Amino acid sequence: MAILVIAEHDNKQLKTGVTNTIAAAAKLGGDISVLVAGSGCADAAAAAAKVAGVTKVLVADAAQYAAPLAENMAAMVLSIAQNYTHILAPATGFGKNFMPRVSALLDVQQISDISSIVSPDTFVRPIYAGNVLTTVQSKDPIKVITVRITGFDPAGAAANAAPIENVAAVADTGLSEFKGHELTKSSRPELTAARIIVSGGRGMGNGENFKLLEALADKLGAAVGASRAAVDSGFVPNDYQVGQTGKIVAPELYVAVGISGAIQHLAGMKDSKVIVAINKDAEAPIFQIANYWLVEDLFKAVPELTAQL
Amino acid sequence: MKVLVAIKRVVDPNIKVRVKADGTGVETANVKMAMNPFCEIAVEQAVRMKEAGTVTEIVVVAVGITQSTETLRTALAMGADRGILVEVAGEVQPLAVAKVLKAIVDKEKPGLVITGKQAIDDDCNQTGQMLSALLGWPQAAFISKLEIAGDHADITREVDGGLEKICIKLPAVVTADLRLNEPRYVTLPNIMKAKKKPLEVLKPDALGVDVTPRLTTLKTEEPPKRGSGVKVADVAELVSKLKNEAKVI
Repeated sequence: MAILVIAEHDNKQLKTGVTNTIAAAAKLGGDISVLVAGSGCADAAAAAAKVAGVTKVLVADAAQYAAPLAENMAAMVLSIAQNYTHILAPATGFGKNFMPRVSALLDVQQISDISSIVSPDTFVRPIYAGNVLTTVQSKDPIKVITVRITGFDPAGAAANAAPIENVAAVADTGLSEFKGHELTKSSRPELTAARIIVSGGRGMGNGENFKLLEALADKLGAAVGASRAAVDSGFVPNDYQVGQTGKIVAPELYVAVGISGAIQHLAGMKDSKVIVAINKDAEAPIFQIANYWLVEDLFKAVPELTAQL
Repeated sequence: MKVLVAIKRVVDPNIKVRVKADGTGVETANVKMAMNPFCEIAVEQAVRMKEAGTVTEIVVVAVGITQSTETLRTALAMGADRGILVEVAGEVQPLAVAKVLKAIVDKEKPGLVITGKQAIDDDCNQTGQMLSALLGWPQAAFISKLEIAGDHADITREVDGGLEKICIKLPAVVTADLRLNEPRYVTLPNIMKAKKKPLEVLKPDALGVDVTPRLTTLKTEEPPKRGSGVKVADVAELVSKLKNEAKVI
């Protein structure tokens, strides 16, 4: 078996999910090549070479990969796809964007968002927002897979760096053009990459009160999230939303503050390893899935918690 | 410009699904069904573009069982002009749906295809991107804003950590994210009007598409339940539990 992992990176560093994806690849067994397609991406390639399990790193360094446009990424992967039995990418906005193109043009059915590996052709994936797990088998000659990064512990560092080879870039398809980013400026980790998340709901009352959560988050090195109720009430921007229609997260620790626990919110965070809920309503449904719950006014409990950490 | 919108009939998002006793799938008999929420957003986008004068005709397509005509009628009641059902009795997977849609696009020649970003049943998040690739067209997935400007479209799309702006040539395939719009409610007069709108039923064979599933489902189960939690008396006990028992801080 020969496995290709597509690295998500910012040309300097690998994004968090890459090492988890490499760990998933390692479970398949076989040589693991990592494709780093970027522009001026030598640092990212060097980082990929130092991840345990990697056999070799392939670098496609060209101006058209400065931003990972779906059409160009897919064309690049397709140019080397026939050398592999499995092609993996993280099931993040990055992988979800171009992997189905790769899959369609190889005429294989992609297996999305796998959370575990049964055998090299059989995988478990959550459906219905994680309320159901399905085990599927693929007989396609090449398995195109996106990996739920919370399903696999990240691969560690390699004792020796893997060799790095250049591969030819594919000409710009010219179908689409990158114009710019409007990224939410935050010194905190991204929600999908965070080890700890502090999340607020309608109980926060207003956007100003989220400062209480931010102070707690900064103490914990955590990301700040929110329920849809808090987003719809305009307390925080849309990309804070955790839930069925927002981000799916599974951090080590999820602290739900002033969140009652609607099914739609639980769908986005119930796979967190440890869940803490703070709510003054002793009947809040969130307590049913919490490991630790505290019935107290959040405006008293949160500052106290921040102070005691 | 003609727009084609692909829609899917799914279990109503407010229903808690149950796994069938024999583990072969999810119980859908006698369960309330609805249009996939992201597909509703896709239809709404097309209708708004028609109201703004950018779009001349909206064709909605569903691939699935006979009852998907109900979902198509909902789209027609929202403001689409014409419906096409490609009738498939059993399971149909995204690659097959994309191939069916490609065959319809080749026939209908729309200037734009809009799909939802993901169906809330299988959570695959593939069809729009696959269709775009099969057509050799540009794609814009997870869009929150779309402006047609002559032979191209200016797009804002949702990425992890914020927004991305791209410009794509037309024709193209775009997939709708939650923030693109808020779909309208259908009104009774529009439901009545929708009954008179044309709705064609086709078979995949007639389009020359093989829809045989590629993935075999071996097992369907509920995820493990979380153990019951512990109520803590105060913040000090919480901190102690997190440090000494859970060891997460």
